[in-house]
Amino acid sequence: MAIQWYLVVSAFVFSIGAAGVLTRRNPLVILLCLELMLNAGNLALIAFSRMHGNGDGQIFAIIVMVVAACEVTVGLGVIVAMYRGRVAIDVDELRELRG
Amino acid sequence: MAEAFFFIAAIGAIAGAIGVVMLRNPFYSVLALVFHLLSLAALFLLLRAEFVAAAQVVIYAGAVMVLYVFVVAYVGGADEPLGAETPALRIASPVFAGLLLAELCIAILGSGLKALDGEGAPYVTGFGSPGQIGELLLTRFLLPFEVASFLLLVAAVGAVVLARRRHGIDAPLDRPRPAATGTMAESVGRRGV
Repeated sequence: MAIQWYLVVSAFVFSIGAAGVLTRRNPLVILLCLELMLNAGNLALIAFSRMHGNGDGQIFAIIVMVVAACEVTVGLGVIVAMYRGRVAIDVDELRELRG
Repeated sequence: MAEAFFFIAAIGAIAGAIGVVMLRNPFYSVLALVFHLLSLAALFLLLRAEFVAAAQVVIYAGAVMVLYVFVVAYVGGADEPLGAETPALRIASPVFAGLLLAELCIAILGSGLKALDGEGAPYVTGFGSPGQIGELLLTRFLLPFEVASFLLLVAAVGAVVLARRRHGIDAPLDRPRPAATGTMAESVGRRGV
């Protein structure tokens, strides 16, 4: 398969993830949509790595996976803290940080 | 043959992504993401990135998603209405996503790069194998590797600080909790419900 097919799939997944971040209100689902966008980036990186026959893109993808794991850990920690503090799990209700 | 595998995996990946966004129950969203990640791992295999595909299945679809399932079960994933509250945003976000997709497709397909049409560089034995990845990580990319390990440490400490109990393990709960959802302290009889 030509490399551009993989890039088109990656563009689809990225746009779907962006739409999810904008539409959904549950922070858990927003984190899932962020994962989608990061994975779309990973797919593009690995496609380019294949295109150049060079392993650097795969290292980039692995580092992106590490960053995604950190983001999940901290994000889920924030959600658990919100639940403990009896804040509604809904990004439209979270107004305390608003200036 | 590769074409058939590509289309199956690509349709699986896109369907999983749509499922994450469209399913109302967060628990089903997590399961859709697992499906999406498995399809993506198949795409990685088609791109000859064996090690990244294995890491994707074991770490991402395995460990990280288990963390998600735990938190969804803890917080209680209730069904929620889809879409934003304000009608303007409800229309604007799909339009924005469609524009983004169009722009990305124009950027990819209109770039005129000849290499995008081809299958990529000729395959060399050992490309994408754990040996090559490990060699790159410990030679050219040593600094990012060390920074990533430090980042993981910071994230782990941060998560513990964020989600810790404020009052210690023996303090009474501040709200009633249904029976049989207990802790280990309860099951050994140290604390009543």
